[in-house]
Amino acid sequence: MAAPRSIQSPNKQRPKFLTLTAIRLPLAGVVSIMHRISGSILFLALPALIALFGLSLESPAGFERAGNLVKQPMIGIPLFGLAWAYIHHFCAGIRFLLLDMHIGLDKDGARRSAVGVLVVSLTLTSLLALKLLGVF
Amino acid sequence: MRTTTGAHYGLRDWIAQRITAVFMAVFTLVVIVALFTGVAESAERWRAFFGFGPMRFLSFLFAMSLCYHAWIGIRDIWMDYIKPVWIRLTLHSLTLLALFGYAGWCIEILWRL
Repeated sequence: MAAPRSIQSPNKQRPKFLTLTAIRLPLAGVVSIMHRISGSILFLALPALIALFGLSLESPAGFERAGNLVKQPMIGIPLFGLAWAYIHHFCAGIRFLLLDMHIGLDKDGARRSAVGVLVVSLTLTSLLALKLLGVF
Repeated sequence: MRTTTGAHYGLRDWIAQRITAVFMAVFTLVVIVALFTGVAESAERWRAFFGFGPMRFLSFLFAMSLCYHAWIGIRDIWMDYIKPVWIRLTLHSLTLLALFGYAGWCIEILWRL
């Protein structure tokens, strides 16, 4: 069987090697992989989060200790990172639920909602940072 | 080649992942509203908030939803990136065991309230 024309064509370089570093992932792809990454981070952090939750409900002294722990930079900063992961996972998850309902499936709509997820999640994370720093 | 086992679990898990997501999203909003009313301001109020019957019930459901949701998500990650069967099986087992443990741990915390 003869090969298709496109393969025979002499002016096309085949096979084509894709330069992975030169390919830009579309924003929808960025949101998607960040959804997966944030989910994995949250999963890995589960034991620490459950432990902290348990401590805070154990006794008044435990509540106090949990409160002091989260104020330490070594714990507070990673926790803030987890807050970002949760917020991103939340926003991107809502976008995926809408896509499941066939809302915003077209290229423009999908791109706009991807931008929306990044803007909303980063804004909420910044607001949380300001709140934690006592700005308001 | 057709797979002859597990005919429906893909769709069932897909739906479960979404239902648990919606439940957790609503629960999250409830907790955020509660935080704005100051439930985290003292140990007594914090305990009273999670110890309140309906809230304890919903918190339990949240923990269960989280574990089920995480299982599907993490399993998908292993299925996408880990090809050797025995490594995948090991990771699947460890994930399941961890999540069962976490679920039990959450129940223990909530039932003491």
